Amino acid sequence: MGAFLEYLVKRSRLLSVLMLTFMAALVVADVLIPTGYGRFPWDTIGGFGALYGFVSCVLIVVVSKALGYAWLYRSEDYYDKRTTADSEFSAKSLADEPSDNGTRGTS
Amino acid sequence: MTETVALTSAGWLHPSLLLILGTLFIPLLRDRLQQVYRIALSVIFLWTVWQTVPGVHASFGFLGLDLVPGRADRLSLVFAYVFSLITVIGTIYSLHVKDNVQHMAAYVYAASAVGVVFAGDLVTLYVFWELMMLASVWLIWRRRTPESYAAGFRYLLVHAVSGVLLLAGIALYYSQTGSLAFNQIDMGGPAFYLILLGFMVNAAVPPLHAWLTDAYPEATVTGAIFLSALTTKTAVYVLLRGFPGTELLVWLGAIMALWGVVYAVLANDIRRLLAYHIISQVGYMVAGVGMGTAIALNGSAAHAFTHILYKAVLFMGAGAVIHMTGKSKLTELGGIYRYMPYTFLLYMIGAFSISAFPLFSGFVSKTMVVEAAAVDHRAWIWLMLSLASAGTFLHTGLKLPYFTFMGKDSGLRPKEAPWNMLLAMGIAAFFCVFIGVYPAWLYSFLPSPVDYDAYSLSHLFWELQLLLFTGLGFFLLIKHLGGEPKISLDTDWLYRRALPATTGWLRRTGGTAWNAILSLLLGGIHGVIHGLARHHGPQGVLARTWPTGSMVLWVAVILAGSLLIYYL
Repeated sequence: MGAFLEYLVKRSRLLSVLMLTFMAALVVADVLIPTGYGRFPWDTIGGFGALYGFVSCVLIVVVSKALGYAWLYRSEDYYDKRTTADSEFSAKSLADEPSDNGTRGTS
Repeated sequence: MTETVALTSAGWLHPSLLLILGTLFIPLLRDRLQQVYRIALSVIFLWTVWQTVPGVHASFGFLGLDLVPGRADRLSLVFAYVFSLITVIGTIYSLHVKDNVQHMAAYVYAASAVGVVFAGDLVTLYVFWELMMLASVWLIWRRRTPESYAAGFRYLLVHAVSGVLLLAGIALYYSQTGSLAFNQIDMGGPAFYLILLGFMVNAAVPPLHAWLTDAYPEATVTGAIFLSALTTKTAVYVLLRGFPGTELLVWLGAIMALWGVVYAVLANDIRRLLAYHIISQVGYMVAGVGMGTAIALNGSAAHAFTHILYKAVLFMGAGAVIHMTGKSKLTELGGIYRYMPYTFLLYMIGAFSISAFPLFSGFVSKTMVVEAAAVDHRAWIWLMLSLASAGTFLHTGLKLPYFTFMGKDSGLRPKEAPWNMLLAMGIAAFFCVFIGVYPAWLYSFLPSPVDYDAYSLSHLFWELQLLLFTGLGFFLLIKHLGGEPKISLDTDWLYRRALPATTGWLRRTGGTAWNAILSLLLGGIHGVIHGLARHHGPQGVLARTWPTGSMVLWVAVILAGSLLIYYL
């Protein structure tokens, strides 16, 4: 199965061309074929889904990353700095029990 | 006063009771025998749940309260079905684990979740609610790392607070209505809001959600499957039962759906990313509860059902990666699809399901909630939910698998996950595809009759365009989307940093003020003591001894005086 996936990955250029063609065809079909819904003003605009999907993606990434850099991101040990006493205590009390649902090294 | 009248319909054994009693035998068994026993127990549990028919199966009076631990109707059965199904899947996934505490905790947890959905009264509900918390925390602690130990305690504290809110609400509700029956809470006032708040904490509604994304990524690999399935979905069930049509929940649900998406962009730990998407997906269900129409309530219940299954596939896939590589961060993973191809493919089935691709389960349930918003002409809610839909595919369907399984080679050479993990993922993935292809099966046991066609041309066009062009955006922005070795602040900052810092500050400044007051008071007291010592001390005026001769003289004077008065 791994070999089959590698075969596909090697042909990623062909696959992306196929996918882009399908996407273009989809938009054209949405423009040409009326779907019968008219509950929102945009229901009747062909290809609106494509536009909304693309804009959503960019919006989510830009807004979230901006929030992250401006405000929310912290270093990974942010919460550990002040709880060393607590960690030492728990590490000591847990040390004699080997973990059997933890992690296994790579082979 | 203890009148105990049992009204148990013959032949119905409470599935929770069965599972909890069955759990007691786990420590007595070992190795292969224990594995067989656990599978048998979970399958019998599944069977008893699926055999349950609507009706009141158990009720009795206790200390003057009417308790109904066995009320089943179509709403409770949908949830009980999927809870019991995930118990079997979780059992298979954790078959290789040798930790009795974890197995017992998982079963008591699952039994309590089913206990909550079969509870016909608020007292039974509360008891199982708290039991769920007490059992589930062990699935976090048994990871046995300092982080999981601390996260488990925070989890416990938050849920203890929610339990107190709920209990206070129940007590008020009982004192005002005189009834304990758990149906729609159709009164205003503090009782309504206290119970709602208690439920909202477990549903992880922002800003009360941080316990989830704090604790779940620290849980054991196998325990996370039960955690991701049970707590939030029992909360969705109680909201569906108690608070349908509460307008506030529509907006909270839509905000929830987007909150999870924003934080998932920032997440680096794969299970934390998935945990944020639990919040996002539960947002759809909460919004559905708030809309309160038949299609919306059906949509919420259906989405809970499909969500439990696809989220289990995703958590199992991420868990398998962590189990085999020892790494859990996007920045440390990559390029392992060659070595774990089956894990990768099964994960992708879960990813397509959560993203609501046609022919996968999410499509037939998520579009139902979105459709409910369209029917009600709620344009903003509809746009917010669609935005969150794009975000779901962006992270769970593209970012996480790309940077975990593909992307740059991390140098990791893991083996494929063990057969039992793959089998459990396979079963859950089967249901994801089965429900997507044949939604009538799921629709047949939703709370109300379903008059909805997911596969209309409009839905197909809309979803496919939305998702595929989100994918286009992903590949254009891919340079900015990899994980970053950072953590993001969330509302748990309040009780992890702000409150400890405040109490520390209070202790320090309060200590100084207290010392000042103390020295002022002591100064006064010292003054009094010195004054007393001056008069009454060894050198004081009042401590001098008086000569006895003068005493005798005065006695003689008084006696002479009284004699004189007598003769007058």
